[in-house]
Amino acid sequence: MKSTPFDIIELKEMARQIRRDVIKMLMISKSGHSGGPLGLADVFTSLYFHLLKIDPQNPKWEGRDYFFLSAGHLCPAWYATLARSGYLPLSELTTLRKINGRLQGHPAPAHTHGVPGVEIASGALGQGLSTAVGCALGLRLDKKSNRVYVILGDGELDEGQNWEAMMTAGHHKVDNLIAIVDRNHCQIDGRTDNVMELEPLAEKWKAFNWHVLDCDGNDIEQFISTIKQAQSLKGKPIVLITHTFMGKGVSFMEDDYKWHGMPPNEEQGKRALRELTPTKYGDFIEFEWEK
Amino acid sequence: MTRYQIKEHKATRLGFGEALVELGHENPNVVVLGGDVTGSVRTDLFMKEFPDRFFSVGIAEQDMMGTAAGLAVAGKIPFASAYGEFAAGRPFDQIRQSIAYSDLPVKICASHCGITVGPDGATHQSLEDIAIMRVLPHMIVASPCDYHQAKKMVKATIDLKHPIYIRFFRDNSPVYTDPSAEFQFGKADTLIDGKDVTIVACGLQVWEAILAEEILQTEGISVRVINMHTIKPLDADILIKAARETGAIVTAEDHQRHGGLGSAVAEFFAENLPTLQEFVAVNDTFGESGTGEELMKKYGIDKDAIVKAVHRVLLRKKNR
Ligand SMILES: Cc1ncc(C[n+]2csc(CCOP(=O)(O)OP(=O)(O)O)c2C)c(N)n1
Repeated sequence: MKSTPFDIIELKEMARQIRRDVIKMLMISKSGHSGGPLGLADVFTSLYFHLLKIDPQNPKWEGRDYFFLSAGHLCPAWYATLARSGYLPLSELTTLRKINGRLQGHPAPAHTHGVPGVEIASGALGQGLSTAVGCALGLRLDKKSNRVYVILGDGELDEGQNWEAMMTAGHHKVDNLIAIVDRNHCQIDGRTDNVMELEPLAEKWKAFNWHVLDCDGNDIEQFISTIKQAQSLKGKPIVLITHTFMGKGVSFMEDDYKWHGMPPNEEQGKRALRELTPTKYGDFIEFEWEK
Repeated sequence: MTRYQIKEHKATRLGFGEALVELGHENPNVVVLGGDVTGSVRTDLFMKEFPDRFFSVGIAEQDMMGTAAGLAVAGKIPFASAYGEFAAGRPFDQIRQSIAYSDLPVKICASHCGITVGPDGATHQSLEDIAIMRVLPHMIVASPCDYHQAKKMVKATIDLKHPIYIRFFRDNSPVYTDPSAEFQFGKADTLIDGKDVTIVACGLQVWEAILAEEILQTEGISVRVINMHTIKPLDADILIKAARETGAIVTAEDHQRHGGLGSAVAEFFAENLPTLQEFVAVNDTFGESGTGEELMKKYGIDKDAIVKAVHRVLLRKKNR
């Protein structure tokens, strides 16, 4: 990134702030996904405040790394991250899923009616890996050093298009691409293991000619070091099977698939915010009851 | 007397393939995606000339559309090509979200469209693609009438800022347009002027309309023939003029009657200038194997079907 990367203490604090933002956004919108976004707060923070080459003041900067969120429903955490890193005014986080706003229920790019920093629409699952592969092929053709990152849900991998794209990426050896699978074992109907068995997942990616790395996505230091390791790998696309807990940071949501698509009600939101103590970065809104 | 002379027979898909090669030379950002039908859709020509800018994705049209969208994000000018049904029907949701909603200038070039693809039978006869592509916001939909126009049309896509779906045909078909004639999306061609009735056609049916006019001329009927090569956006001015001056419309296309060119024209007139219209199209049925010519006859989209439709609409006009 163009500004100084955050250190580990700052990153942890920012990740907690993004979790607070997600809770508050969802309390206001009363609609949207809690579990996945909370689980990915550490990943989003690490990417946008430490790893990605980006210029939030100039979202289309040619030298940027390209980021795609294939599982579009996870966007509350993305929007909070984009706002915290300067793509959007913080005050806009009150507008999630609201009419005439830019924070669509599932993300859209700025040139349609969405937000800066979003390259392409997502929400219909299963499409983002193909897009990321295409983008990586385009950058490679131009001999650019920019990298492409894409986040995929683990349930999302049920969609067949992912496996087409995995083959394409392996075939073309797109090693400027890093895919991050949010391996939280949860999807709408239940545990991924019950809805559709994905294991042996690492072996599947390997069989499609990918480098496979494994890490704890709720451990910022480990996630960052694994991405750095990924950046050094050559010759094949790289996937990080990134273990996270759905609802991470909020005790009564953790590892419970029922929180996949539910916003907290007022009581639950207050409890969550008590657990996620305030940070030096400050909230984007102070509710009446907090005053 | 035919007003147009056939200079040769060549396929519209060949015009596409040759134009791609020219574009490849003119613009280094042009890239092409292949889905194991390269020789059929004629992207083989580009592949041979620019192997580095050709990406095979295997038989995976959904992945192809997503990959094309990603290439567009990276600043490339991607052409994604497959048979009509597999270029529009199979990857519909991918086109809808990653290309149309995201408003990326991907060029979807569908070959082997319509019932005239023939012997392969109904699975391969895309008769719904105009309908499902023109319903998408941001999407431009076009279908050239012959080889020359196909070539010019493909070259004109280079400046488009929005996604486009173009429909080509497999068979060799009459080449009769002037290669030096100007081409602009949304500006239809009046091929024959007339005052009693207007035939608005696209694709191979434009030639059928020209043949129909030849027959109708001998009956003393003055027929206007319009080549509506751009189905979305339609050429509003030419339609209003035709309705005012001839008062009777026949649309003709190699597509289902619901949702295609005929529907687009009817929607336009319903809102702007209600006008008598007859539809020449496949009548809410799937096709079958046969030659293109046999199928056009059996499914009522050839010159004879157009002649009958003209008679019907003129009767309605008279009895009005
Ligand atoms: C094509 C498609 N089918 C179904 C859905 C509905 N849907 C939204 S999220 C989801 C589950 C995704 O699971 P996962 O990727 O594991 O995300 P997580 O539960 O971890 O948030 C489903 C089925 C969708 N958005 N797109």
